[in-house]
Amino acid sequence: MEVKLQELNATEFPVPVELEDNIAITSLSQLYNWGRRNSMWPMLFGLACCAIEMIATASSRFDFSRFGFEVMRATPRQADLMIVSGTVTKKMVVPIVRLYNQMPEPKYVLAMGACASGGGPFKEGYNVVSGMDKYLPVDVYVPGCPPTPQALLFGMIALQRKIDGQSIANGDDVPWYGEGPAEPTPVPVLGPDIIDPRQMDMIRRQAEAAAESMALLGARDLPAATQMVAAKAETAVAEAVAAPVDGDALSFVLPTGGTPWAEAEDIREKRRLRALARKALRASRRAQAEGE
Amino acid sequence: METLAPAPAAPLTATSIDEALDYLKTAHPHAVKADDRDGYQGIIIDADSLLELAQVIRDDLGFDYLSSATAVDYLGEGDHMEMVYHAYRSSGGSALVFKAQTDRENASIPSLTPVWRGADFQEREAWDLFGIRFPGHGNLKRILMWEGFSGHPMRKDWREAYYEEEQKPFDSRWPGGHVHRSEEKNVFGKNVSYPADIDLGRLADTSERAVYQSLGLGVDVERIMDKDGFETNELVVNMGPHHPSTHGVFRMVLTVDGETVTSLEPVMGYLHRNHEKIGERNTYLHNIPFTDRLDYISSMGNNHGYVLAVEQLMSLGRRYNPPTYRCEALRVLMVELSRIVNHLWAIGFWLNDIGAFFTPVLYFIQERERIMDFFEAVAGSRMMCNYMRFGGLFGDLPERIKSVSNLTNDRVRDYNTMQFLTEMINERIPRTIDELELLLTQNEIVIERSIGVGVLSRDEAINCSAAGPLLRGSGVAYDIRRAEPYSIYPELDFDVAVENAGDMYARYQVRVKELRESVRILRQILPRLEATKGQSIWADGKVGAYAPRVPLGEAYGRVENGKGELGYYIVSAGGRNGTSNPWRYHVRAPSFINLTPLGAMSTGHKVADIVGILGSIDIVLGETDR
Ligand code: SF4
Repeated sequence: MEVKLQELNATEFPVPVELEDNIAITSLSQLYNWGRRNSMWPMLFGLACCAIEMIATASSRFDFSRFGFEVMRATPRQADLMIVSGTVTKKMVVPIVRLYNQMPEPKYVLAMGACASGGGPFKEGYNVVSGMDKYLPVDVYVPGCPPTPQALLFGMIALQRKIDGQSIANGDDVPWYGEGPAEPTPVPVLGPDIIDPRQMDMIRRQAEAAAESMALLGARDLPAATQMVAAKAETAVAEAVAAPVDGDALSFVLPTGGTPWAEAEDIREKRRLRALARKALRASRRAQAEGE
Repeated sequence: METLAPAPAAPLTATSIDEALDYLKTAHPHAVKADDRDGYQGIIIDADSLLELAQVIRDDLGFDYLSSATAVDYLGEGDHMEMVYHAYRSSGGSALVFKAQTDRENASIPSLTPVWRGADFQEREAWDLFGIRFPGHGNLKRILMWEGFSGHPMRKDWREAYYEEEQKPFDSRWPGGHVHRSEEKNVFGKNVSYPADIDLGRLADTSERAVYQSLGLGVDVERIMDKDGFETNELVVNMGPHHPSTHGVFRMVLTVDGETVTSLEPVMGYLHRNHEKIGERNTYLHNIPFTDRLDYISSMGNNHGYVLAVEQLMSLGRRYNPPTYRCEALRVLMVELSRIVNHLWAIGFWLNDIGAFFTPVLYFIQERERIMDFFEAVAGSRMMCNYMRFGGLFGDLPERIKSVSNLTNDRVRDYNTMQFLTEMINERIPRTIDELELLLTQNEIVIERSIGVGVLSRDEAINCSAAGPLLRGSGVAYDIRRAEPYSIYPELDFDVAVENAGDMYARYQVRVKELRESVRILRQILPRLEATKGQSIWADGKVGAYAPRVPLGEAYGRVENGKGELGYYIVSAGGRNGTSNPWRYHVRAPSFINLTPLGAMSTGHKVADIVGILGSIDIVLGETDR
């Protein structure tokens, strides 16, 4: 591989012109990132339809090896990047989390397609996890159903740019440069429904409530159960707003103190208006173009 | 000439469907009655006599191939559960439909696995999703969800966590357009409450234990689960759900004795994304793009089966015009191109599995990319084409094929469509097939690895409801395009590919032959496209295409897809409750049912052959798990 030293050479220390092709003065972080971003090996790991386009991206026409994603490795222990290529189901999320825990650090997750990003067309399904980020930290989301190989390549390059911005000196920025071993992500459990161990406390509280009041006992009693959960969430918000934050996984305090859905309502309204404005703009442009 | 001898009574195995039904009704008047609900066909058999009559249907009447067995929940429409069976003759012809009914509470219907082993997985699915018990089924446990899951999700009164309304379009989205996201109402995505005495520590064990328990090999489950006491010659090996050669998230639990497999249990459901539950909430039109995502390698074929099933229902009503000739020709064009893509992948992946890791696939994908370019130009998407409509198509062929993903630069790709097609069909694809044959057919390693491995006998193949190349590789010349023709296949000239050996190599040969037959069909389609140039693809404006009027009744539409017989069973409530949604929407997935004989085919072979055998069946998980 031809090494482009100029790429690395980014300090204020001048390098004499005649040595520019032989010497580079750079920071350790930059050198480290440069090496890493150009040798990101993805895990050979297909989930659903998106996996087919991922294979197409790996094959000769698009060929992600050109960008340093050299080969796909079937074992997580040799992989740096997990491309979640497809629908994550409740049954499958257990092995996925386990695979993620087996990957050596530094490790990255790319959510490919609508399903991995947020449940996609199958979001309402009873066995579907609506987005990989419910369980793992996702670095890049690639929209599409399936994303074209071009889109996936774009996402992968975006990840490289993200890596460029990280620093080994900053343990807060990137967890694995901090001190001590990182905590593994808790593996979900398949019970009557999927159970995130991080929600165990909530479930225990719910079970205690069930012991006291009979109303909770009907296991599939909807929408009553839904309302219960929603009501619980609302109290949790209220409690969390009142109590000092302790950084617990369950707290979802909003800075404004409002409920999450009121906030979302707001955002959605703004988005809708923006979309309308864009649409009007496009229409006027088209009219203009036709006028010419 | 005057005195004609009385015609000999036709043997029972050659009777027409009506005669066969009459025979059953007269011979068993107490157990059989005609299904005379509006738009329904076939007979309803008393559950107590089901097993006995199934034997008669198979042996005396000759319906030896059970295509589909599925459940319907008639909540509020009679309040019973119903199992619907479609049986065919392996010599061709249409279906004998029979049903059995049971109460919704304690639902139970005798298992038909003693008669057709093909019912095995389908009955497990009905137990899993509908909660019907099947006495007589040796291994009745959940198949798509996990053991320990609460409830039977396909029942009409079971609601998912993000439930909004019974059917689409949801009021929140239409007509006001104030969309609410159900996550915001149900932040944790839960619809289950936990009993007070729940033992959170033991939960994981329950689901895994159930998997091992049924291996029934005399393996001491307690000892295996108990890590300290592991001291045995039998070894249980898990392959998948993350494994490079299970073609997705499929899992096999093997017991091995040394290198030799002594038993194999397929475990699936890792990609169960609730296609049918969502499909019953959707309108008819909504479902077309969802069918793309079943067998995502040949989405056009999936579209075709679905629109045929719905068209079959629509044709019972008024306001329906059959598709025009050009539309049919275009459908066949798309479907055959999909078949080529499918078989190229299938052969390529199979070679991955027997050791030629990814090199052959890379060669085959080149041709696939051309076909993807064509699909992208015609339907707007490479893989998920969403191309067919009821009575028509999304659009005609474009004049020129341009790059869709790069609209600003016309020079990237710009060909005359017919020229592109002609060149592809007459030159490029045949060249690829030649190259494939040159490199593989006489290849010593391929032959050594595949001949005599994973043998499936003719009778077993039929009895297990195998379909597609798996069935034809075992010497059964059964191709739905010939056995029960649809579209314009009757007038096209092609042969049914068949091989008698029943091993991996035979399946490979069937696929290669089918590639050639597909090219032969495509060559006949080209002049038909030229001749119908200018003809509309819609029979009569687009009447009913986007808001189909589907009358009351049931329909079973099936097509020969790349992987085998793809069937859609649809029950329409007929707008009785003011809906345009299917009451029951079931997919008979070839990838799912073709796995039935996997265990039997694999025992006695080495672990390294197992992946090859699986590859030669050719499954795709989107369809297996739905
Ligand atoms: S995003 Fe679309 S293509 Fe990708 S896995 Fe989901 S349904 Fe399939």
